[in-house]
Amino acid sequence: MSDKHAIRNRKLAKVRQAFGEGKVIATERTVELLETVIEPGNRIILEGDNQKQGDFLAAQLARMNPTKVYGLKLCVSSVGLPEHLDLFENGLATELDFAYAAPQAARLASMVMKGTVKIGDVHTYVELYSRYFAELRPDVVCLVANETDKEGNLYTGPNTEETPPLAESAAFGGAIVIVQANKIVDRVRRVDIPGAWVDFVVESPKPFHLEPLFTRDPALITELRILMAMIAMKGIYAKYHPKVLNHGIGFNTAAIELLLPTYGAELGLKGKACTHWALNPHPTMIPAIESGFVEAISCFGGEVGMENYVASRPDVFALGRDGSLRSNRFFAQMVGHHADMFIGATLQIDSQAHSSTFTAERLVGYGGAPNLGSENRSRRHRSEAFLKAGAEAHDGEPMPQGRKLVVQIVETFQSAGKPTFVERLDAWDAMDKAGFSTPPVMIYGNDVSHIVTEEGVANLLLCRTPEEREQAVRGVAGFTPVGLKRDRRMVEKLRDRGAIQRAEDLGIRKSDASRDRLAARSVHDLVRWSDGRYQPPSRFRNW
Amino acid sequence: MENLSFEFEGGAKPLPVGAPYVVVGIVASSNLEVLAERKDLGGKCRFEIATAAANFSDAWKAVLIDFMDRSKPRDVLFSINDFSAIPPVVSLRLDQALEQLSCS
Repeated sequence: MSDKHAIRNRKLAKVRQAFGEGKVIATERTVELLETVIEPGNRIILEGDNQKQGDFLAAQLARMNPTKVYGLKLCVSSVGLPEHLDLFENGLATELDFAYAAPQAARLASMVMKGTVKIGDVHTYVELYSRYFAELRPDVVCLVANETDKEGNLYTGPNTEETPPLAESAAFGGAIVIVQANKIVDRVRRVDIPGAWVDFVVESPKPFHLEPLFTRDPALITELRILMAMIAMKGIYAKYHPKVLNHGIGFNTAAIELLLPTYGAELGLKGKACTHWALNPHPTMIPAIESGFVEAISCFGGEVGMENYVASRPDVFALGRDGSLRSNRFFAQMVGHHADMFIGATLQIDSQAHSSTFTAERLVGYGGAPNLGSENRSRRHRSEAFLKAGAEAHDGEPMPQGRKLVVQIVETFQSAGKPTFVERLDAWDAMDKAGFSTPPVMIYGNDVSHIVTEEGVANLLLCRTPEEREQAVRGVAGFTPVGLKRDRRMVEKLRDRGAIQRAEDLGIRKSDASRDRLAARSVHDLVRWSDGRYQPPSRFRNW
Repeated sequence: MENLSFEFEGGAKPLPVGAPYVVVGIVASSNLEVLAERKDLGGKCRFEIATAAANFSDAWKAVLIDFMDRSKPRDVLFSINDFSAIPPVVSLRLDQALEQLSCS
């Protein structure tokens, strides 16, 4: 057993010798600092998720001398920057643990094939954070902040996101904590991370990268998506009344958000459903918030352009005493995990309702989807939705139980005419190529409660056998090869039982699936709903 | 560019009284335009399709059979200008056209 705290003290003494006292390190000496505290074989956590990225420290790490520093084990939630993989190409790092890699998915796949990167494993966010307190205890942790003072007190701004669990694993685990801050100030606006947990701070030459990942332009919402949204709202929201829920980031759920003030009000959802959310500050939520549908939103992170709007709604968002959002990825994931409902999209679904976004060419990872989109067998508190879904799922069993709603909402075809429904997930090929021992499935079929497509909603809770489940999936798979292979008689039987409901079974006219129903039909409309408090990034402005 | 033509036996019930014809949709990428008009076709329905995507005859047939099974219209001529719409969009437009033709 090596005493991490003793090693840490030895490293700190080396830094004091080279740099003198004090936590503030000159920006241009960052590489030298890193080479002083990082030893061969160390485990490095680099902060970076699907939104904020410790881009300056990533670039400095990649510039270290591979004859001094090598064999590193890199942990990063989202492999979002080229520099993350440069560490491997430059001979500094060998092993990678991560949760999400979409921006670098193709390059990662080819580097794994070549043997340049050895994947420790692919995780969910909270799974990865948890392992930082178990087998993946770090030696050096690189964090991101908006502001720091000379004592290392950090203000992490609206995008606190994953800083707290990373900082905690380091501060009490004997690791060195290095922070890149946009600005070194005399007094931080708010202390998100106490200075006692921080060893060194550097001022980065430019603000850290922040991706506006959760902005969906209402102009791109098609009638097909509106139809699916209406099917979901009438077939699921109005039936179960999920109060606490999480939406994915796709256009299908954005359509639902924009239909809440119109169709949702017609369905009587206001106050009865969708009151509490695990969600980023989606701009498409503005009309629902302004219409009084929403009591509270727990945020994983912030969203570019939403800062002022969020600050103007302290009744809905968690704000610090400084008036800006405090997000927390770990806690929001837990809110979503214990919620009544998850609804989101995926790239592929097979006939047993297993879904994945992996292909052999793209190792995309999971992000938080498996935690949000899974049955929660540890939930104990009851709610209308939980009990109603449980009564369907456990009908006839001696022990009554609740059930979380886990809904996949997908178009039967992806863009470019690729079918969403497939007989064999590409995840099997990804498994072979990347050397995983099981296919990287995002959501397992037995966690899914409903599948919504243009063809209707399949209620898998009412399916009792694998054959029924398969026909329920095929029954909403439309004109994909999986859908065309359906057993028409069995599908009609499932329809009689309500295990499949078409739009007409729900009393939805196709002509009602019109863009006129959207509470906002453009980004400009969202700005108007917010009275100018929402300030979209320029790429979303066309007026 | 390909022109396709299909004819199917219609349902037993005549359409409710309503507009003589309707147009839904637009000819734009991944979309299509459907003109549905009441016409005495001896109880049948006819589909005249001009499509930008060739070699999808089987897919069209599957979508149209499904539509006829679902709605069972009769004596309607559907003229379609298609710009590579995926099957669910075709289904949606056909359903919308028939709904609007059937209401006055």
